[in-house]
Amino acid sequence: MENIKTPVLRVENLAISYKMRKGEVPAVRDVSFEIYRGEALGLVGESGCGKSTVAFGVVNFLDRNGRILNGSILFQGRELRGRSEEELRRLRGNQISMVYQDPLAALNPCLRIGEQLSEVLIVHRGLSKEEAYEKCIEMLKGVYMPDPEAMMLRYPHQLSGGQQQRVVIAIALLNNPALLIMDEPTTALDVTVEAGVLDLIAELRREFDTTILYISHNLGVIAYVSDKVGVMYTGEIVEQASVEDIFLKPMHPYTQALMRCVPKLGESKESSYLPPIPGRVPSPTNLPPGCIFAPRCDHARESCRQKHPELREVVPGHFICCHFAEEIAEAEWQPPEGLVPELTTRGRRENASEPILQAEHVKTYYKQRGKSLISLFGLGKKQYVKAVDDVSFELPKGCTLGIVGESGCGKSTLGKTIVGLESPISGKLEFLGFDILAPVVKRDKRLIKELQMVFQNPDSTLNPSFSVGYQIGRPLRRFRKVSRNQERKEVIRLLNAVRLDASYYNRLPRQLSGGEKQRVALARAIAAHPKLVICDEPTSSLDVSVQAAILNLLLDLQKEYDIAMIFISHDLSVIRFFSDHVAVMYLGKVCEIGPAEAIYSPPYHPYTEALLSAVPIPDPSAEQKRIRLGGMVPSALNPPSGCYFHTRCPRKLGDICEEQDPPRQIAGKEHYIYCHIPLKELCKMEAVVTLAKDTKGNS
Amino acid sequence: MTIGEQAGSPGIATRRSLGQRFRDALAPILASKVALVGLGLVSFWILMAIFAPLMTPYGPLEQDPEAMNLGPSAEHPLGTDRLGRDLWARLIYGARTILVLAPLSVLCALAVGTTLGLVGGYFGGWIDEIVMRILDAIMAFPVILLYLIIIVALGPSAINVVIAITIAGAPGIARLVRSLTLDIRTREYIAAAELRGENPFYVVFVEILPNARGPIIVDAMLRIGYAVFAIGTLGFLGLGLPPPAPDWGSMVAQGRHYIWINPWAVLWPSLAISSLVIGLNLFADGLREETMRYQ
Repeated sequence: MENIKTPVLRVENLAISYKMRKGEVPAVRDVSFEIYRGEALGLVGESGCGKSTVAFGVVNFLDRNGRILNGSILFQGRELRGRSEEELRRLRGNQISMVYQDPLAALNPCLRIGEQLSEVLIVHRGLSKEEAYEKCIEMLKGVYMPDPEAMMLRYPHQLSGGQQQRVVIAIALLNNPALLIMDEPTTALDVTVEAGVLDLIAELRREFDTTILYISHNLGVIAYVSDKVGVMYTGEIVEQASVEDIFLKPMHPYTQALMRCVPKLGESKESSYLPPIPGRVPSPTNLPPGCIFAPRCDHARESCRQKHPELREVVPGHFICCHFAEEIAEAEWQPPEGLVPELTTRGRRENASEPILQAEHVKTYYKQRGKSLISLFGLGKKQYVKAVDDVSFELPKGCTLGIVGESGCGKSTLGKTIVGLESPISGKLEFLGFDILAPVVKRDKRLIKELQMVFQNPDSTLNPSFSVGYQIGRPLRRFRKVSRNQERKEVIRLLNAVRLDASYYNRLPRQLSGGEKQRVALARAIAAHPKLVICDEPTSSLDVSVQAAILNLLLDLQKEYDIAMIFISHDLSVIRFFSDHVAVMYLGKVCEIGPAEAIYSPPYHPYTEALLSAVPIPDPSAEQKRIRLGGMVPSALNPPSGCYFHTRCPRKLGDICEEQDPPRQIAGKEHYIYCHIPLKELCKMEAVVTLAKDTKGNS
Repeated sequence: MTIGEQAGSPGIATRRSLGQRFRDALAPILASKVALVGLGLVSFWILMAIFAPLMTPYGPLEQDPEAMNLGPSAEHPLGTDRLGRDLWARLIYGARTILVLAPLSVLCALAVGTTLGLVGGYFGGWIDEIVMRILDAIMAFPVILLYLIIIVALGPSAINVVIAITIAGAPGIARLVRSLTLDIRTREYIAAAELRGENPFYVVFVEILPNARGPIIVDAMLRIGYAVFAIGTLGFLGLGLPPPAPDWGSMVAQGRHYIWINPWAVLWPSLAISSLVIGLNLFADGLREETMRYQ
């Protein structure tokens, strides 16, 4: 029936290129798709694959150096290419709306929310102020904004990230657009907030029958919001099908590889292996002559390298750009040889060994200057941001502790406190029996050597002015690991240890990709053979295929050098995969800590339960309980009394939660839950996630 | 978007030859027409200054009582001044002093300003507070007044001109470098260096300074222009180089008395100053635009 209707958006053979200093860069080539009314098409792919360029190209909103070379864009049957700027402008506000990644950049910081909302109606619809106001209130209610009247009077900075994104979505929906383009709208948000926004998007589709072009790099999010999915790779769509087909029966080798390299919630390093995609994404200026994926494909044959495959319909409704899609779909994927025995040795060692790191009641507060006039002279009341508030744990030798929590929960501050970049105000912190409360400048050089850190941002982790070899060699010289004439050899050995070859020695950081930079940073961290490495979100700015490689590398290095690790991340699946023990943090406090498998199965702390229920799972058949946290995260400057989580807790008992600190309850061997709810009650909880394939759930 | 990333295969050695590095460094200049025009003007004066004895048969101090206050002619291409000295000769010999003094004084200001800015920005706290308040106090003076006070106190000479420009220029550079340092300080490679227990001076001068060089170089180019201006002004006020020396500023000052008889004596040195300053500014602007464009 749908085939009779004209699609809301039909893109045919779209090609877009950017003009760079080196010449034209074909960012998007030969992309075709169509979206019908009420449908959501998800475009998924790794960074630089051209998915955002497609979105901007549709409304001809490319950067100044971008140009549409070829193809046609039919919006409700009418051609958009070649329209005047004025016509497009009117269309963009009226019929096509866009929502971008950063809500704060989309809102004008000096206008009230109400003004920004009603402007859309006044400009595009010519409504009066009063009418527009009414409509806006209605729309804010529609996006589940609490207290819409008060919201209308606020400025963007007075809203939380999730609320800001709701406002942006409300603005986008005000004119009831025929097409809504969303470019990574939840990427900058925390999981619990993201879950709320994704629910909202699903709700809107049911209610307004909105047509959506949804762009994301996150397979889980795409699985949740879309009906149809297009998988993009270096500027081309390589597979396009319904969401079930893509996730349950992927046929293109790239899609399959992509699915395999993401850790599923519940998978651990003992039970599974993440096969990374070998090689790297080819540069659009230097594409392989045949299939663009051939250089990285396990199934590539001679013909793949010579002839570029066409996008063809292999099964009705399932388009694949591969010569051998049928054969590949048939064959079961076999893990590389020698992997299975290796998995068992990845397992945890005996915990009998002495703890390498002990933290007791560690508190790290930041002083905040008061806003009153007296505090200018240092007389006002001092306020403290309680970034880490009374945290205790032990880390056995060679083990990994995962610290998970949303932004602002103090997990990074805890990491920095341990290495000495921040100083705790009280508590006990012992490393190998030595007191390490002192900041790094006051620590002994031998102690400094044992504690190293891997950082989040690959672009700022290496000094852009020095070669790779110099930067890896520097710790060797500092700590006199090897004699001067052996230095070059040792650096090359380290480069090999992180799977880079000697030719990288003289490269500068700007000549490396994100994953390679992170490898070099790893080599630098392990150069002095530290006993403890703190990894602060080492993979969160990397693409999933690269993430898999880095995680595997970390595991190998950990085994080889016998390093204990603290792994900080906001990604629950990665934490589960990587860690032996997990600590869940909220507002500077640990609310649950224990062995990884115990954290991910009942009994849960109510916050852990909410976190798990919010993780987007790249599997449309998985069942997940729906627990959504209301309210905003309280300020760490002035945390709530009693249990910090009581303001948002869906299982709040009553006054006791507001008045008393939660007791530590022993839920199992080394598994502690900080909650007032009796353990018996907590044990009755059901598992949050049930995967269809194995009914064991996520235990 | 980093589409332009090199997909070099790991087997290729990447040490680049010196010539290629030089060409890479030159690429942004060649790409910008503005920068090229600026470079042209500046290199004209540099060449003239270097080859001054070959460009004119006269000396800068050579007087000819037969030919005073003449306009351009075949013998004296730009004319002569009130003492019969060849204006062209005085200009190109004057370029020698100004092209040494201006970069030298900026270099001194850079050394002082960069050090103060780096130290203040990296250490913060009371060190920063003290350094920046002193620099603020210096910046509160009008620049020209500052020059006058310093030169009058020390007496007019080439060295003192350099000292004056250093003192007046250092606060501005320190502020720029401090703000760059505050930004670079938060990068993770600085934390990594601290976690190696590096000496703070290593962190400041080896880890931070090289990454701040881009904006510092562009700023220095503009500052050389200002220094040319300042030296001209001081010369005009009689506080530059002592009299017989061919100084562009003092040439204007001396020609001023005969401006109705011989406007050329004022016009040429004025043009020289402005062409050099414009050249430096265009060069700096073009360089900045071109380096920012693809970021």
